[in-house]
Amino acid sequence: MESIGLLSLAVWVPILAGVLILATGGDKNAEGQRTLALIGALAGFLVTIPLWTGFNAGTSAMQFQELSNWIPAFNVHYHLGVDGIAMPFILLNSFTTLLVVLAGWEVIKSRVGQYMAAFLIQSGLINGVFCALDGVLFYVFFEAMLIPLYLIIGMWGGPNRVYAAIKFFLYTLLGSLMMLIALIYLFFVSGGSFEILNWHRVPLAMSAQIMLFVAFFFAFAVKVPMWPVHTWLPDAHVEAPTGGSVVLAAITLKVGAYGFLRFILPIVPDAAHHLTGFMVALSLVAVMYIGLVALVQADMKKLIAYSSIAHMGFVTLGFFLFNSLGMEGGLIQMISHGFVSGALFLCVGVMYDRVHSRQIADYGGVANTMPKFAAFFMLFAMANSGLPATSGFIGEFMVVLGAVKVNFWWAAAAATTLIFGAAYTLWMYKRVVFGPVANDHVATMRDINGREFTILLLLAVCVLAMGLYPRPLTEVMHASVNDLLVHVTHSKVPF
Amino acid sequence: MTFAMPDLTPALPEIFVLTMACVVLIVDVISNERIWGYVLTLLALLGAAALTLITAEQQTQFTFGGQYIADAMGSVLKLMTYLAAITAVVYSRGYLAGCNLFRGEYFSLALFATLGMMVMISANHFLVLYIGLELLSLSLYAMVALHRDSAQATEAAMKYFVLGALASGLLLYGMSLIYGFTGSLDLDTIRNVVESDRPDRLVLVFGIVFIVAGLGFKLGVAPFHMWVPDIYQGAPTAVTLFIGSAPKLAAFAFAMRLLVNGLHPAVGDWQGMLAVMAAASLAIGNLAAIMQTNLKRMLAYSTISHMGFVLLGMLSGTLAGYTGAMFYAITYVLMSLGTFGIITYVSQGQEVENLDDYRGLNASHPWLAALMAMLMLSMTGLPPFVGFYAKLTILQALIGAGWLWLAVLAVFFSLIGAYYYLRVIKLMYFDSPREVPLSFTPSGEIGGLLSVNGMAVLLLGILPQPLLALCINAMQSSLQ
Repeated sequence: MESIGLLSLAVWVPILAGVLILATGGDKNAEGQRTLALIGALAGFLVTIPLWTGFNAGTSAMQFQELSNWIPAFNVHYHLGVDGIAMPFILLNSFTTLLVVLAGWEVIKSRVGQYMAAFLIQSGLINGVFCALDGVLFYVFFEAMLIPLYLIIGMWGGPNRVYAAIKFFLYTLLGSLMMLIALIYLFFVSGGSFEILNWHRVPLAMSAQIMLFVAFFFAFAVKVPMWPVHTWLPDAHVEAPTGGSVVLAAITLKVGAYGFLRFILPIVPDAAHHLTGFMVALSLVAVMYIGLVALVQADMKKLIAYSSIAHMGFVTLGFFLFNSLGMEGGLIQMISHGFVSGALFLCVGVMYDRVHSRQIADYGGVANTMPKFAAFFMLFAMANSGLPATSGFIGEFMVVLGAVKVNFWWAAAAATTLIFGAAYTLWMYKRVVFGPVANDHVATMRDINGREFTILLLLAVCVLAMGLYPRPLTEVMHASVNDLLVHVTHSKVPF
Repeated sequence: MTFAMPDLTPALPEIFVLTMACVVLIVDVISNERIWGYVLTLLALLGAAALTLITAEQQTQFTFGGQYIADAMGSVLKLMTYLAAITAVVYSRGYLAGCNLFRGEYFSLALFATLGMMVMISANHFLVLYIGLELLSLSLYAMVALHRDSAQATEAAMKYFVLGALASGLLLYGMSLIYGFTGSLDLDTIRNVVESDRPDRLVLVFGIVFIVAGLGFKLGVAPFHMWVPDIYQGAPTAVTLFIGSAPKLAAFAFAMRLLVNGLHPAVGDWQGMLAVMAAASLAIGNLAAIMQTNLKRMLAYSTISHMGFVLLGMLSGTLAGYTGAMFYAITYVLMSLGTFGIITYVSQGQEVENLDDYRGLNASHPWLAALMAMLMLSMTGLPPFVGFYAKLTILQALIGAGWLWLAVLAVFFSLIGAYYYLRVIKLMYFDSPREVPLSFTPSGEIGGLLSVNGMAVLLLGILPQPLLALCINAMQSSLQ
């Protein structure tokens, strides 16, 4: 055992890098700050790689655990650890941070240091969310990650950024405060412990379970976001700078879904079973209704935002099927969506940097001026609509299969996403990329440069690799998912 | 009749501060160098801190025939009071020089006010409590009116005086009723009599109502909060800084002595009143703050809601609740010092008190903006800042004592409160800078202390254990 654990490094390396960048001062050091950010993000990614290579897929126990006293007055511990469910997200997050730093390289010209630092600090905090095993520690990371994102949206966002930033913040804060009460309540019923793993074993009466479910539901459903508490997301996405949108879609939404697996299912399994119908209904509404909403969007970022909600509906649907196909499908879908939605937002960002518009109507015939870009965009659009051989297909297919086992009509309703998803994504793609060059702006667009090419290539490789050979990922998750499913079948209501 | 000399050791810090306050007055008359008053005040407070540390003992001590108590809670609160007073005096220097108030009066009044707070913290007798309170209040009235030519400040001082006198009257009336019921002014005796469960409790309950109302005025909680916004806004910012910091600790101690040391057996009688006051404070403080355009006034309303939180801790009636309230009061003072400190720092020569004045602060003064942002987030109760643990301790105590609905209410209003704190951050970070840049003379000592203050909010948020343990130990040893 080293003196500093890998998970601590994953959390603190990016945060310290961010603080270091802030300490270098204002915009006159912009070039150095960019380099420093890249080094920080790279280091942050590298320290997470041993998590993957050293991971023991045969067990569902928490690995790489670190435990020390933090606030003895409340019996709060600095307890970190990952299982097969959490570990992939730490890698995804650190990887995305690297891309985001690269994506903001030339685009961000004012307050570069603060921009880069915000992303790095945010990255460390999110890693903390995924590996915290203590309720208060989790909450600290969960809340603190709002602050950098609030600043990112508000400082570098679009014209309506203030509204979007405050809406985003208050919406998510409402959810988390509800959860805070639930955490304190669990502290008392578990006999004075904030250990999440202890909470998994605490017997709870049905009424208490329902109340806890509601409190946690507020916190995580807002983050996912599930219909009907999704309305902050389109605003936040549209106004956020490209990097902010990428992190928002690729990572922070996953935090909500992760919360379902770490808190709701294992702590209140009976309530979760009891409310399955409710959760499935909300998920299906997200899949179908939000899919239709996405169809009519004129703004590309809004379209992708709605598509995110629809895809996340798939994830929550998979979780509440209570079979391993559904749950693993949901998890795969989360990772895949992290790559695909991030890539799509980057694509929109690439076009926005050149034309300064996100409206579909302002484009047309981009393929003529940006052939390389069009090829990448095509791949990601296909992945978003769930084409086989891309990562988007695997997750959706597994969830649909899982749903068939439970209820045919759920599966049928969920499968409509394959139609809606293809419709809104490919129609947008057609209008933007194909056809004759629409106007002078499009005519003067330069194709992607080496930096953009690298970013998109990295993502394309991930999307294809996951689509062609998802086994390494499912293997990592398998033991943890099965353990969770077994755990969920046991009632916690005391007799 | 023989006169036994009381043991003066536990009261040495008070005696020292009194002496120094007089010395500052005299030196101010003799010398034209105003800096002497400043230096002597700081020395007096540091000396008092040293004396408190030296005389502090593990065991609770009584002197002056049991009228005066020196216990762990008192020592901790006194040390925090000195710290707050020192910080306030240092922050005020530039401001006071800017509006020609850098004179002995401010310093001697600050010392007398500190003395009043010390007496309030250490009183174990109704009359001693009252003397301490009046010493503090009268000094504060005079401090508010220090800016003689400002109509606004004079008006504020008048309001403060009239309402403060009314509150003192209520308090005294309550005390007299309780004296009628128990036949004593000594808190320990009162406690024993109330505990003995005598019939005919109506007088006692009446007394408690008046005492709680008086306390409500002094703490500045709804529905007795009317004076707070006017005084915070009207007073010179350096005085607002002072009023908004250390006196909150004294008011907390005052409430603890009265309600817990004295009237704890009647907890069922005052609990409900505190619950209503706390809920009303949270609601009024947070809702009214949204509409303010003046930063000082907004913070005044925010104070009301924070004091509501302190009451929430007290009304739970448990050790955890009292500890939480103490922790909350201390962290609030820390945050309040920082925010008003920044306002005082940038207000040199003219008041920079409108929210609009802080537009784009990040562009011109990124470090000040970062400090202010941290303080605002801490006041919101967001981790990793210390304000989060303050709220956590209170919520935990409330839920532990079975007041779930109050916890939910508190959380709900915290959410509303988040809006106006975020708006300050929005102004500093998202908006374009104002046309006329802020003009103030940078000062190493003020800037440095502000940085320490701001970083303390963050560091105590990451490692809250030392301060928490201090509060827990103090409360335990005082209430055992």
